[in-house]
Amino acid sequence: MKKQVTLLKEFTKGLWEINPTFKQILGTCPTLAVTVSVINGIAMALATTFVLVFSSLIISLVRKLIPNQVRIAAYIVIIASFVTIVDLVMKAQFQDLSKALGPFIPLIVVNCIILGRAEAFASKNGPLRSVLDALGNGVGFFIALVIMGGIREVLGSRTFLGYQVLPNGFEPWLIMILPAGAFIVFGLLMGFSNMYVERKKNLEREALIAQYRRVGREEITDDVLKEAGV
Amino acid sequence: MTDTQTLIEPKQKVYFDLTTSPHLHSKWSTSKVMWFVVAALIPSIIAAITFFGWMQIFIIITAVVFAVGTEAAIQSIRKKKVTWFDGSAALTGLLLALTLPPNFSLSATAIGSVVAIGLGKQIFGGLGYNIFNPALVGRAFLQAAFPVQITTWVKPNFAVDSVTSATPLAAFKFDKIFTDTVPMAIGNVGGSLGETSAIAVLVGGILLIAVGIVNWRIPLSMIIGMFLFGGLFWFINPQNPSPVFHIFAGSFLFGAMFMATDWVTSPITNKGMWIFGLGISLVLVVIRIYGGLPEGVMYSILFMNGFVPLINRYTKPTIFGVVKEEKK
Repeated sequence: MKKQVTLLKEFTKGLWEINPTFKQILGTCPTLAVTVSVINGIAMALATTFVLVFSSLIISLVRKLIPNQVRIAAYIVIIASFVTIVDLVMKAQFQDLSKALGPFIPLIVVNCIILGRAEAFASKNGPLRSVLDALGNGVGFFIALVIMGGIREVLGSRTFLGYQVLPNGFEPWLIMILPAGAFIVFGLLMGFSNMYVERKKNLEREALIAQYRRVGREEITDDVLKEAGV
Repeated sequence: MTDTQTLIEPKQKVYFDLTTSPHLHSKWSTSKVMWFVVAALIPSIIAAITFFGWMQIFIIITAVVFAVGTEAAIQSIRKKKVTWFDGSAALTGLLLALTLPPNFSLSATAIGSVVAIGLGKQIFGGLGYNIFNPALVGRAFLQAAFPVQITTWVKPNFAVDSVTSATPLAAFKFDKIFTDTVPMAIGNVGGSLGETSAIAVLVGGILLIAVGIVNWRIPLSMIIGMFLFGGLFWFINPQNPSPVFHIFAGSFLFGAMFMATDWVTSPITNKGMWIFGLGISLVLVVIRIYGGLPEGVMYSILFMNGFVPLINRYTKPTIFGVVKEEKK
């Protein structure tokens, strides 16, 4: 019997716990390439989230109709349809952004986050849960891209969303808008997020052990702690 | 009877130290070595101040202070033993400062020091765990972050006013002008603080080789490699610089004596050191002749640093007594 997760948890887990960028380390290609500025990151994240939510919904609806052997091909067709919609809309309405993002909008088709959620979640769960899961992952991706884009834009070109935030005396760090800067920022953020999670886990564990001691429970083994979920 | 008992049962309890190898101890401790290398850099510091003015001492002080400060800060945040006094951080800061151009901005120097220690060393776990030479990581970061300032060279003229001038390598690369060897050996040419004076570098380097801190194989293999590969390109096309120019221009000697010989980031086997040195020279000649940048000592050393674990693995010496398996 699978443990039933609340609907809210289905959404919030994507924000941090299984954040697609920092925890699953998926979709790093657009993460590293487009986060030169915040606005690029926002556009990329919104486009990806749109495709993610709708493809998850459709895949979850038709999951029982698709034969197991050809499921990936079927997912790709569904995802590609939504990517085409996004691509054409952006070309028609937001030409500058479309040019700035270049090939990365069509490349959403092969974005690992979308395929990953389709394979790992939408193909096994109902539509409501799939949409919530997709939305959570999309927002997680959005948060990651905005943080990365923010750091790189502020240090690399002194601006945030196009507004100058650092004085002229600050010499922009050119490396931040180069690929090397993307890797440095990405690695540091991933390291810090892991450090934070580890620390939180240790605190929970210690709190639980202390609680058990208070109650007078003698044997506190690893199995007992695992059962309690820490 | 009682005498034998006292012999068998000593008055003091004897403890046996049970430790893993190595059991042989050198007279050199880490901090002694580090401070000795710092001392060996004094001729280069004097040369830098002589040729580029006493103001350059501030670059050196800034780099050292921020390197040591970063080391102490990160170690205390991570609740590790603070070892800023062992000299390794100070040495990294000093090496970084000597690779910077004269009159480099102090704030950028500080950033470079923080990156060198933070990203180059402490993030891997501190002294002995880093893959890449920390000082060169800091300089590579500065090169990418501030490409204009770091290539603004100053003409050495013993005066306060400074005139921008090209380094011998840049002059060769962009204008096809060769600088004579004598001023390059003395150091009266444009370039980074510590690299211009070949004589000052050699004094410190030979001192280090003589006391055994630096293994002679790495500098020698780099120089031999320069004669081999640089000579080859020179032989094919005399328009290319001669090996002697290659050796005296830029930071080749500084890199050979102080950067490539870093204990942590160089191979541990003798055969590996030869491969390492020859590899650096090959990459360097290719960068200098075909690359977009005039100088490539930093990148070639960092590049070969990445191969060190592989070199160590492939040059692992056979254990004494092991019979080689016959190939079937």
